[in-house]
Amino acid sequence: MVRDIALGQYFPGRSVLHRMDARVKIVLLLLYIVLIFVGANFAALLLTTASVLFIMGISGVPVKMYLKSLKMILFIVLFTSLLNLFYGQGEPLVTLFGFMNITQAGINNCIFVAVRIATLILASSVLTFTTSPTDLTDALERLMKPLTIFHIKVHEIAMMMTIALRFVPTLLEETDKIMSAQKARGADMESGGLMQRVKALLPILIPLFVSSFRRAGDLAMAMECRCYRGGEGRTRMSSMHMGTLDAWVIGFSALILAGVIVCNLLLPATIR
Amino acid sequence: MPIIEVKQLSYIYGLGTPFEKTAVNHIDLSIEKGEFIGVIGHTGSGKSTLVQMLNGLLRPTSGQVLLHGRDIWKEPKKIRDVRFQVGMVFQYPEHQLFEETVARDIAFGPKNMGLGEEEVKQRVESAAAFAGLKKELLDKSPFELSGGEKRRVAIAGVIAMDPDVLILDEPTAGLDPRGRDVLLSQIMNYHKQRKNTVLLVSHSMEDIARIADRVLVMNDAQVSMMEPTHAVFARGRELQEMGLRVPQITEIMQRLQEKGFPVASGVLTVEQGLRELMKLMGKEEGNRG
Repeated sequence: MVRDIALGQYFPGRSVLHRMDARVKIVLLLLYIVLIFVGANFAALLLTTASVLFIMGISGVPVKMYLKSLKMILFIVLFTSLLNLFYGQGEPLVTLFGFMNITQAGINNCIFVAVRIATLILASSVLTFTTSPTDLTDALERLMKPLTIFHIKVHEIAMMMTIALRFVPTLLEETDKIMSAQKARGADMESGGLMQRVKALLPILIPLFVSSFRRAGDLAMAMECRCYRGGEGRTRMSSMHMGTLDAWVIGFSALILAGVIVCNLLLPATIR
Repeated sequence: MPIIEVKQLSYIYGLGTPFEKTAVNHIDLSIEKGEFIGVIGHTGSGKSTLVQMLNGLLRPTSGQVLLHGRDIWKEPKKIRDVRFQVGMVFQYPEHQLFEETVARDIAFGPKNMGLGEEEVKQRVESAAAFAGLKKELLDKSPFELSGGEKRRVAIAGVIAMDPDVLILDEPTAGLDPRGRDVLLSQIMNYHKQRKNTVLLVSHSMEDIARIADRVLVMNDAQVSMMEPTHAVFARGRELQEMGLRVPQITEIMQRLQEKGFPVASGVLTVEQGLRELMKLMGKEEGNRG
């Protein structure tokens, strides 16, 4: 039940995307997100969508997983695109209830918003499905390194993220255990009004909090025993390298970038 | 009529995913009222899954659990009543404490049963007494207590529901030798006075040998033995092949027997062993003299 969370789940594999440098993947994801929102006509939209679908294809992750992450934002997509449908300007094609105008621009907006949000989620899913959480935080730490000049503790933030991610499955397991134990004592979590249900959560949340603090204490002690004292002067066991593979993918992405620019320049913009 | 009967019971984790794993595979069992059953088996043999199905925390993939002759899943809405009748103490039960005072935590189960205030109070007191908790502890916060005391509070919380069947999953794990002895004798006392059925899951063969009437041995998701305690521990070779062992004293006596010494088989406790050895030495001296 609590285990069905798809967003941000690593799916081990050996595809091109799995073997890429995580830093390159993050930067390219940012580029794609920009492209998705810059493309202003159907040709550009088709190009970015096709490339995202292509990348999904070579990721070696089952389509089912992608559909799962789309399902989570289905409501947002439907809601925003429906709103956009009625906010187009120009000559109304259809008028509903006397005041809701559907225009050609509205239909275009609707399609663009839906496709943009969907591709945005799919592209980010590619990153999280093909990159292990540790690689991801490692890469983020390195990418954010320049921020240290503004006295932002990049290493500490990355370490916190790693620890938080590491403990998600542990805490889920713990929650399951505590729930079973309280159910064995007759805790009823399925019936009653809202207040009753919130109250019924206390016997689970309090032990969970207590054990989280205990775990945090243990972990801090274990880290200190191994002389952890922050990021200063810390070296790494494995360093990241960019290889020919990354160069190829960067090249491919550059082509898509060029394609979108050409589309935008040559063809009239469909939406503002 | 047996108090608990299990027919062709199976449980598969992650059914329909690539991670499918059969934890319990077509088990048949029957447990009589008032029995003290020891449950042993190596880690991952399916014993925890089995006991969690007995009180309806896990719903079997196939097969039936009969309590007093009735299928517990016949009316899924009444599964809570089953959980009150089959009390379950999990591993490290002290992690489930949450109330402000010890007394209120012990009262959680009885209150969920819908008992009146007087009845709840009575049950809390008698359960605390069974678990060996002093009266002045009842008004303290459970988080101030020592590890052993916390565990006893948690066990009292289940005993307070006065279940017909009490299941304990490794209740002595992580306690010091004295704590284990005290806890075990409290469980034994409770069993003797209330005359209810107890299932004790444990990795300590010594504990099982001391108190169980019958022993259920789980191996690879199946029941490989379900016999009186001495009969199970007489099969030391087989147990060893399953990654289990017999109590040390039993093994010593078995080895002596193999060397040709006339000692009784099926010795389970150190006291019994001592008696046998005294007999043996007395005889030898008699022979010499």
